[in-house]
Amino acid sequence: MSTATLTSGLVTVGPDTEAASETRDDIMAAKQEAPVAAAPLAHAPAAEPRTSFGEHCSAFLRAVLPPLLGFAFIIGLWALVAMKSSDFPGPAKTLDAAITLFSDPFYQNGPNDQGIGWNILSSLKRVAIGFGVAALVGIPMGFIIGRFAFMNSMLEPIISILRPVSPLAWLPIGLMVFKAADPASTWTIFICSIWPMILNTAQGVQRVPQDYLNVARVLNLSEFKIITKILFPSVLPYMLTGIRLSIGTAWLVIVAAEMLTGGVGIGFWVWDEWNNLKVEHIIIAIFVIGIVGLLLEQCLLLIARRFSYGNN
Amino acid sequence: MNAIVKVENVGMTFDTKKGRFVALQNVNLQIRQGEVVSLIGHSGCGKSTLLNLIAGLTLPSSGAMICNGREIAGPGPERAVVFQNHSLLPWLTCFENVHLAVERVFGAKEGKDKLKARTNAALEMVHMSHAAQKMPHEISGGMKQRIGIARAFAMEPKILLMDEPFGALDALTRASLQDELIGVMEKTGATVVMVTHDVDEAVLLSDRVVMMTNGPAATIGEILEVKLAKPRDRLQLAHDPHFAECRGAILEFLYQKQMKKAA
Ligand SMILES: Nc1ncnc2c1ncn2[C@@H]1O[C@H](COP(=O)(O)OP(=O)(O)O)[C@@H](O)[C@H]1O
Ligand SMILES: [Mg+2]
Repeated sequence: MSTATLTSGLVTVGPDTEAASETRDDIMAAKQEAPVAAAPLAHAPAAEPRTSFGEHCSAFLRAVLPPLLGFAFIIGLWALVAMKSSDFPGPAKTLDAAITLFSDPFYQNGPNDQGIGWNILSSLKRVAIGFGVAALVGIPMGFIIGRFAFMNSMLEPIISILRPVSPLAWLPIGLMVFKAADPASTWTIFICSIWPMILNTAQGVQRVPQDYLNVARVLNLSEFKIITKILFPSVLPYMLTGIRLSIGTAWLVIVAAEMLTGGVGIGFWVWDEWNNLKVEHIIIAIFVIGIVGLLLEQCLLLIARRFSYGNN
Repeated sequence: MNAIVKVENVGMTFDTKKGRFVALQNVNLQIRQGEVVSLIGHSGCGKSTLLNLIAGLTLPSSGAMICNGREIAGPGPERAVVFQNHSLLPWLTCFENVHLAVERVFGAKEGKDKLKARTNAALEMVHMSHAAQKMPHEISGGMKQRIGIARAFAMEPKILLMDEPFGALDALTRASLQDELIGVMEKTGATVVMVTHDVDEAVLLSDRVVMMTNGPAATIGEILEVKLAKPRDRLQLAHDPHFAECRGAILEFLYQKQMKKAA
């Protein structure tokens, strides 16, 4: 950021986009005297609900039809391939297996034979822990890096070297340190989650608009108010982007990590079913992993939307 | 003379990649209590730079800036600023944006109800009570600028600084906000320093118009006293000979004496 200026940087004045949306109505509304509102709506035609119902239907079809066609196509292709091959299960067989599988998702026959529900849950638990610890460490670190140029130049080269490393390369170190498989895979999740959180938070801190900081300076806000009313809210969207990116990679990495470490978990389950040659279960697992990943992503998008303050 | 702000021999030099850039040189200006002063000049001449100096957002490279007998060492709530791009915090409602300022200035000595009443009064003054609970992105640019003005006036500053407050608005909205500002200034008797690039706006609103020469090393070229009775009415002024005279003097300064080479 350059030195503080009152205006947004050194721009010269010209009509900006807002000016275009400015109309007489705005002025009237601002004067607060518009008792005649809603008048033009008085003679709304009675037939309107029907047309709007029809419109709703066609809009619904437009939204739903293409994805359905896509799924139908891929299932058709899959059925075709399965017919030609002897050991590749088709959609019907897979569906059958899925129904049996999901009719009892939470059975427990010893440590290496548990229902798919348990496997998903224990993977999610590892992701949650590794990810949570990464947030606790990464977000404050992002703030520090973003706020202090010295810390930034000190840590940047280290992060640049470590970030492209596959988190699985850290697995042996986790195994060595923790001497157990379970915390080791959580550790890989921690490693892969922390980079996006640090980098996005730091970027958010560096991009707090100078205008807002100027407001804080003119009001002479206390440090506490600056953090709660200005820094935190303006960094929050960046932080949520970091969180969303890292939960995405975390969910990718956990499958691989569990394949290597064993135990209970969706990744291990895939490997186990491969050893049992139950290919239909592997296909189910692929769907399940995809759906869970999608849900995680959507949840975070929902949260992020809640905290994006419109296009100001 | 009871000058509330004194600018004495102020110079401002920026260190840029291409070397030192002298933006302002030898600026001398006194602003009296209750006076409305506008700064006018070609784009890039240093109007914002001068206003930032008075606000205390930047400190001068040479000379002295004095407010109320004391050297200006930094920004403070007694010199409120209306920013060109409104600068409302997008995560706070309009009410909360104004309240943040009110709370900061009066929070130590007044109770919660009083603070709320102050905030509501400020919103009422700019006719924005109906939008108190709206978020800034839900209202138009002109309305945002109104809230920005309400926030600044609510602080009851000794001096109000405005950097092209209506620069980004269309002519109709601008006129209506100017009228509103005339009303608010009349009611509060505020001391105002305003940057503008609009000649009519300068004459309509101010007691004195400070005309700046072109940069680099810009300084004050002429100062014009506008001796029109207040409150002013834009319709009557259109036929006023003194209004035309003032307008002519500023236009002459801008387009003859300080003609900018076509950029
Ligand atoms: N922080 C800065 N660093 C370098 N140059 C600056 C800075 N602020 C302003 N300037 C220069 O000073 C001159 C005056 O700028 P400004 O005060 O913004 O002009 P205006 O009259 O349009 O408000 C311009 O040439 C601008 O490039
Ligand atoms: Mg400017």
